[in-house]
Amino acid sequence: MWLERLWQVVIYTFLMVGVSSLIALLLGIPLAVILVTSDKGGIYEAPVVNRVLGAFVNLFRSIPFLILMVALIPFTRLIVGTTYGVWAAVVPLTIAATPFFARIAEVSLREVDHGLIEAAQAMGCRRWHIVWHVLLPESLPGIVGGFTITLVTMINSSAMAGAIGAGGLGDIAYRYGYQRFDSQVMLTVIVLLVILVAVIQLGGDRLARVLNKR
Amino acid sequence: MSVVNLQRPREETPRSAEQTELHPDLNRAHVRFIGLGKTYEGREGPVHALQGIDLAIQCGEVFGIIGRSGAGKSSLIRTINRLEQPSSGRVLIDQVDIGEFDENRLVELRRRIGMIFQHFNLMSAKTVWQNVELPLKVAGVPKLQREQKVRELLDLVGLRDKYKAYPAQLSGGQKQRVGIARALVHDPAILLCDEATSALDPETTQSILGLLREINQRLGLTIVLITHEMAVIREICDRVVVLEHGRVVEQGPVWQVFGDPQHEVSRTLLAPLQHALPAELQERLQARPESSESAVVLRLQLTGSAADEPDLAALFSALGGRVRLLQGGVERIQGHALGQLLLSVSGSSLGAEELRQRAGRWAQQVEVLGYVA
Repeated sequence: MWLERLWQVVIYTFLMVGVSSLIALLLGIPLAVILVTSDKGGIYEAPVVNRVLGAFVNLFRSIPFLILMVALIPFTRLIVGTTYGVWAAVVPLTIAATPFFARIAEVSLREVDHGLIEAAQAMGCRRWHIVWHVLLPESLPGIVGGFTITLVTMINSSAMAGAIGAGGLGDIAYRYGYQRFDSQVMLTVIVLLVILVAVIQLGGDRLARVLNKR
Repeated sequence: MSVVNLQRPREETPRSAEQTELHPDLNRAHVRFIGLGKTYEGREGPVHALQGIDLAIQCGEVFGIIGRSGAGKSSLIRTINRLEQPSSGRVLIDQVDIGEFDENRLVELRRRIGMIFQHFNLMSAKTVWQNVELPLKVAGVPKLQREQKVRELLDLVGLRDKYKAYPAQLSGGQKQRVGIARALVHDPAILLCDEATSALDPETTQSILGLLREINQRLGLTIVLITHEMAVIREICDRVVVLEHGRVVEQGPVWQVFGDPQHEVSRTLLAPLQHALPAELQERLQARPESSESAVVLRLQLTGSAADEPDLAALFSALGGRVRLLQGGVERIQGHALGQLLLSVSGSSLGAEELRQRAGRWAQQVEVLGYVA
């Protein structure tokens, strides 16, 4: 009977991780771009914006996911109307993943050689041209690598969400493994997770390598 | 070095003919710096990177800026396309002050000024084609025109068949050729070269300098280059300024600065290109004559019209005694013969000072290096 549920649970995990990572990707890259370009010496220098955003990111980054999830319960209810199930888990997962991914993407963006930005300015690029044609393409391999790490971390976090009622692999492991000491279920979940993480890591690494022309 | 340096008090060699070259027509200057200064806030107070720079660069000339590292060359060249914002003074391009340009006018200005870099600064994620195309793309040039222009420039720099390659697959010289193609894609009137050959081997340097000279002559664009190598200046520049601690310490036509450098820094920078005394002789050199038999060692610097290939026989007989040529050579820069001779004179009835005076009839600079027994 748990085997039938397993399939559903895998889909739940995919949904939670997929949706929250996708939102993190869409929000995290602009956030990282703003963090880099608004910094001192950046192309859109704005120290106040930079400090405020940086503080926000650090705030969320410093809260352990389990605590963040619980703390966000009222907010989650406000957004999705419930605190139970996959969609309720997407809210804290996204809020945890976005600053996490933004910081990783920021590092890649910062690694772009300043000479390239200078060359772009010298050739008559406007500032948004520099973001679009220089910063993002040049740091893409790093961003892909960072997104891979984010995905794996999200699987980790989603299991925690599962344990407190979000569904997914965490949920089944908690119920069958922890509450019933069913080692067969435990083992199956572990094998599935290992395969999942390996596939993501391999895929991410390969994509980053193809994109890296350096 | 224990060398007696009896620098003769400078009696100015007639230069009036060249004065015009030093003060070219300011009203037709392509690039003009007026009282330009740049000050950084360093950790130990303000750092003056540039101070009181007044220069005029003419249309179509190859203008060299040389100096040791930290002399301010980089800051100076970057004020031309405002990658560097001067703290004081003005930069005029075609008589227009660029100091107050907003982003729109700055973008437009930069499209009229190409720039190449020491480390090429090519986009690693873009192919050769895409790199050269980028300036056109951001300027909104239609695809068909872009294709035509990129092809034309890749032909010019001789990289037609490499268009699909990524920069990492190219050699240093090829990368700089891509950089040149990219810089010229908007048909600029000015090309800025920031140590463009400093990361290249001597052979590649020659070919890149050759290409730059060809571009200067064929397209008639003004080239401003900075370098720390006098050899680069000699190779392609018409005029040169020497910077030291953010100030111009010497300027003039290249042949003149090479033939008769006035400033200490110019001499230091020129030293690697000069004929040196053979090491074995250098060791035996003494500050004072050991006996009346001792030979005087002289360095003669012959410049310009006086040096239309020196008449050695006349020179030697004027010096009297036995004159030996220790080391020397003549080269031509901008049609001027520049000669350097290291001589030893023994058994002459003249003293060192008299020898120097005599030799001064042939040479711009005569230096008594010392004596050998």
